[in-house]
Amino acid sequence: MYVAVKGGEAAIGNAHRLLADRRRGDRSVPALTLEQIAGQLALAVDRAMAEGSLYDPDLAAMAIRQSRGDLIEAIFLIRAYRTTLPRFGASRPVDTGAMRIERRISATYKDMPGGQLLGPTFDYTHRLIDPAMATDEPVASGKRRARSDDPCPRVTDILGRDGLIEPDGELPVDEPGDLTREPMEFPAGRDLRLQALSRGDEGFLLSLAYSTQRGYARSHPFVGEIRIGLVDVEVEMPEVGFAVTIGRVRLTECQMVNQFQGSSKEPPQFTRGYGLVFGQSERKAMAMSLVDRALRADEFGEERTAPAQDEEFVIAHSDNIQATGFVEHLKLPHYVDFQAELDLVRRMRREQASAGDSQEARSINCDAAE
Amino acid sequence: MTTAIPTYNFAYLDEQTKRMIRRAILKAIAIPGYQVPFASREMPMPYGWGTGGVQVTASILGPDDILKVIDQGADDTTNAVSIRAFFERTAGVATTTRTAEATVIQTRHRIPETALIEGQTIVFQVPIPEPLRFLEPRETETRVMHALEEYGLMHVKLYEDIARHGHIATTYAYPVKVEGRYVMDPSPIPKFDNPKLHRSPALQLFGAGREKRIYALPPFTNVVSLDFEDHPFQVQSFERPCALCGAEGVYLDEVVMDDKGGRMFVCSDTDHCETRREAGFTGVQTAEAAE
Repeated sequence: MYVAVKGGEAAIGNAHRLLADRRRGDRSVPALTLEQIAGQLALAVDRAMAEGSLYDPDLAAMAIRQSRGDLIEAIFLIRAYRTTLPRFGASRPVDTGAMRIERRISATYKDMPGGQLLGPTFDYTHRLIDPAMATDEPVASGKRRARSDDPCPRVTDILGRDGLIEPDGELPVDEPGDLTREPMEFPAGRDLRLQALSRGDEGFLLSLAYSTQRGYARSHPFVGEIRIGLVDVEVEMPEVGFAVTIGRVRLTECQMVNQFQGSSKEPPQFTRGYGLVFGQSERKAMAMSLVDRALRADEFGEERTAPAQDEEFVIAHSDNIQATGFVEHLKLPHYVDFQAELDLVRRMRREQASAGDSQEARSINCDAAE
Repeated sequence: MTTAIPTYNFAYLDEQTKRMIRRAILKAIAIPGYQVPFASREMPMPYGWGTGGVQVTASILGPDDILKVIDQGADDTTNAVSIRAFFERTAGVATTTRTAEATVIQTRHRIPETALIEGQTIVFQVPIPEPLRFLEPRETETRVMHALEEYGLMHVKLYEDIARHGHIATTYAYPVKVEGRYVMDPSPIPKFDNPKLHRSPALQLFGAGREKRIYALPPFTNVVSLDFEDHPFQVQSFERPCALCGAEGVYLDEVVMDDKGGRMFVCSDTDHCETRREAGFTGVQTAEAAE
């Protein structure tokens, strides 16, 4: 005897309880501390902050712990919290030229003011699993250079002085757009585009960026500069009449220098692709700058033929919280609609069988329709 | 840890957000069937789980409202339970499973069998609000098509169905025309429910969170399912009544009973079925069990 299924509430309660149990794992092993996550899984924390678009390492560490290390789930937790926070205003543009630099490299110049600084990079490690990772061997502290007051100008500024690269554009008078507060409309301004890219899924942007390198909107890119470090966040205070530093964030900035032929109006000069991401996230910043440049196709009169150049395609699909939600919602019950399709398929099969005038086919389909 | 423990407003959303959403709802009511863009918030449930419907409900809910939440017609499906619990927790409103008692009904994929009345509001969860989306993936294009009332493509699609299958092969999310102007996606309700949209005394609101659109059918709006003179719109009909309550002319779920092809058909609307059984109606199966 069939009884309509009851007990969704109890099932959900039990599922949550089991999830909490699995999250904690073996009770004889000490629980992860937030300090451990923020300190030893710092790049995971950085990614959660970047795509969660909320700079708060403690909160990101909490979210990573709560999500059992599923970073998209952690990003989701951060986003759902972020959306409830009040907006006080927009900061002044951060001055990455005055960044306290941890890493700074250029692929376009062998040396330049401020020098090349490798910093904490995986780049020249050999990817051999280190037996020391199975234990807790002492680790020497990093070497520190003496603090230098030498300026470390952005490579794009060096190029810009000679007019070899397009200018950075004028600072808009209005506050920059915010796609989390206003519905997105296409075509979007570059401010909204950059915001969407900066919080977009690293994997999606990486693949799109890769596609531009393989000929789908090739832009002949050079890494003008990547810099990682701390910058001050300043907010104008109308009450006091000057800007006040409210905090410091770690950023990764990538300035991609791309080819451009010039036009009747403009002399030949390089063009820019820009990437800026919370935390240390070089892969994401580089991918972002390639996609940013590809999306600027119209500005340079380039024909839009590739996915990476298609603003609506890129922006509408770059958000992993939207993407994971809609893909995963397919597991929710759909039996009402499925019933409607089932009914139609059976009807069409019946019709085909009777039209085919085959006795055999008819009986099979009648069976199926029972 | 310096992170403050968060506190939440009545029905979760802050009042500024509610005001923004209410404005979108008012605009949607003023232009029936038109998709109003709104600044959809990131909700604490995933996109695709009803974030649009939840935001609409959160914006219209008052402390005296009585809320009913259904998914697939049922009050006890897990997502319906979860959304109902969300509003019980964040708004503390009374909830019910009785269609007739509810002032606000949030639904996914169904319209209750019990006819809605004046004063009730039904909120639909919408995955893809754009009825033209699968014919034209670009929003920039479809907005122009709506503006110019350029719906030829949709008729071509329906015609191609007839040419290929002998009838229109759309069984759910069946497109409708609202007040002779906008073609609208009624959300993925079975086309069985489409006639209930027409001149309904209740206010019908549609929320699409991920796609950031709200649209509406004010009470007594004309809603016509698209069709052709020689191929008129038809709803599904079932060959047998509900096995539990004997109801006819309702939408049924097919339940697989065993691995030998055994099937039974029961009301998709659980409240409708329970109310009938309480009133003494029986179906084939309940009659058998009683013997």
